[in-house]
Amino acid sequence: MAGPSTYQPQSGFTRWLDSRLPILRLMHDSFVAYPTPRNLNYWWTFGAILSFCLVVQIVTGIVLAMHYVPSIDSAFASLQRIRRDVPWGWLIQPIHAVGASMFFLAVYIHMFRGLYYGSYKAPREVLWILGCVIYLLMVATGFLGYSLPWGQMSFWAATVITNLIGAIPWIGESVRDWLMGGFSIGDPTLNRFFSLHYLLPFVIAGVVVLHVWALHVTGQNNPAGVEVKTKDDTVPFTPHATMKDLFATVLFIILFAVFVFYLPDVLGHPDNYIPANPLVTPQHIVPEWYLLPFYAILRAIDFNVGFIDSKLGGVILMFASIAILFVLPWLDTSRVRSMRYRPIARQFFFIFVLVCIALGWCGGQTPALSLYTAGPFRAELQWVEGGTRTQQIVRAASEEGAVDAFAAIEDQLTEGGAQLVRIARSSPTEATLTAISGGQMRNAVVEAANLDALEARIADQRETLGAAGVPFARITRTLPFEFTVTRFSQVLTAYYFLFFLVILPLLGLRETPGRVPESISKSIRGAA
Amino acid sequence: MAESTANGASPHTDGAEEPTRRDFIYIATGAVAAVGVGAAVWPFIDQMNPAADTRALSTTDVDLAQIQEGMQIVTIWQGKPVFVRHRTPAEIAAAQRDDYANLKDPATDASRLVQSNGQAGRATFIVLQAACTHLGCIPTFAEGDFNGWMCACHGSQYDTSGRIRRGPAPLNLAIAPYVYTGETAIRIG
Repeated sequence: MAGPSTYQPQSGFTRWLDSRLPILRLMHDSFVAYPTPRNLNYWWTFGAILSFCLVVQIVTGIVLAMHYVPSIDSAFASLQRIRRDVPWGWLIQPIHAVGASMFFLAVYIHMFRGLYYGSYKAPREVLWILGCVIYLLMVATGFLGYSLPWGQMSFWAATVITNLIGAIPWIGESVRDWLMGGFSIGDPTLNRFFSLHYLLPFVIAGVVVLHVWALHVTGQNNPAGVEVKTKDDTVPFTPHATMKDLFATVLFIILFAVFVFYLPDVLGHPDNYIPANPLVTPQHIVPEWYLLPFYAILRAIDFNVGFIDSKLGGVILMFASIAILFVLPWLDTSRVRSMRYRPIARQFFFIFVLVCIALGWCGGQTPALSLYTAGPFRAELQWVEGGTRTQQIVRAASEEGAVDAFAAIEDQLTEGGAQLVRIARSSPTEATLTAISGGQMRNAVVEAANLDALEARIADQRETLGAAGVPFARITRTLPFEFTVTRFSQVLTAYYFLFFLVILPLLGLRETPGRVPESISKSIRGAA
Repeated sequence: MAESTANGASPHTDGAEEPTRRDFIYIATGAVAAVGVGAAVWPFIDQMNPAADTRALSTTDVDLAQIQEGMQIVTIWQGKPVFVRHRTPAEIAAAQRDDYANLKDPATDASRLVQSNGQAGRATFIVLQAACTHLGCIPTFAEGDFNGWMCACHGSQYDTSGRIRRGPAPLNLAIAPYVYTGETAIRIG
């Protein structure tokens, strides 16, 4: 893309250096003369903002590591010491903590921009995949960093995530113990998490270099999604992109500063100010906000599919939701890059964004929370008033035939005029049989707004019937359809995967793209 | 090889597909190098496994006399919490009654009380690993529809025998290996 180098060394020293290590030439070609499309909008400034975030995290992180103590006895206290006693610790620690959230905010905008404008399509597949690798490394780094303060959420998030690994069949448990360095999250875990948390940002920096390299080979995509054709379609990176990126970064820093100075803890969870306690699980474990959508996908699977149990199913889908991004360039069959010219795909895209936000919301809620209940919870009670009661112990010849044998006895008694027969099995071949004959069969229906209230109403009814201990002949509970957070998550998860696996592949083949404006398809300069 | 020898051609000047001694040396060298790299890398992978002091089996003694009927204590064994619950007759009855209920992970109450030496336990005390089999949260005591344990993280409910009855957890609460060391004492581990 960059074409032949236009770098002209100006002084004797730079000429001397250029013939030995052309690093100034590389910088000049990459960040000064590099041609960027004229029509880039502000969504294209997030690359620079993300570079800024990475530098901020590395600089503040190195400082924090000078004061942090990675030991289960001292970690929590050392963080408080940083915030209270260490010079400027009150500023540097919140910058690091808020910085993580800002980093993810920026990366999500950057990724949605790539999705909308088709920046993953040929010839930018490798560029996109490197971006996915960076994102995956960011998730790992964020998770490792979240465990370091050693608060309740730190400890339990680490427990939940390492247990996810344990869901893998056969090798899961060994891998989990290997990761934890013990049989539970403890000192060895904290030490290695600290070590890796320090390492990974530098790995990210390395992949960022590859990402930028790949970008400079293929050139930037642009909002029209039409490749730049001539030099007239571009402007030099400096001063145009440099100044625009700097301006956007300044705006971003203002938002950053609002959180650092006014809301330093609002993005975290208050429970993380309780020191980690392996004996008490917080009522509601949640990850940091930026991982909530994946957490919702993990919890959405509450059913077994064949030999895959609900736990493994959730883990598979959660990892699949990120893995699917890697193959996206080959899933989207449309040859039109920008969704500006894909009127239908555009609508599905905006639904997709809303689905991701809704998944995030679900991830923060209690799974059983009911969003909509169709009608009341109802129970029909049946009991016998009066009558004579007999009780006996019955035995079956063998365990296999027990169920049939007991049923046969029940039928026999019912035919003999018993109003109510109840069998309580107490061992493989033995059951206690209660029968009431004579008396009057009675009915009642109770209703309540939720299951707990319904059970309370049933208990009340039992009490009003008196202490005679007469059991209900039958309790038929009719539970209304409840649309819980789990159900909602299932619907959203389905859309998440359908978007990639069905909508993008099929739509690309069927959709009629919008017309490209003549200002793009025809040269307005008349030349060309 | 046999063909080229039959033709009398030298294996060095014959077609490119013919393996030569040099090919063999390359492959042999590569194989040795791969084994060497593997052997050199292994210590750096294996060092992350539990260290000897962590692995050394620790045991925990529990005095059952301190646990009143209807109470439970949470003790630590190998860094993991363990429930020791003194069950009420009603809880025991409920657990035994449900032996033949529709269970996700079928097990009788009696089988969940067996000591690690194979002898039967006592129905009054149940010793369970406290980690929810879903994702390892610590369930809370005497909650949920089955009066056993309930995991607040993702809503799994266990009965008074620690069997999974509702929610995403796939298995019953694991039994902690224990033996009676006296009339009112057990050793876990």
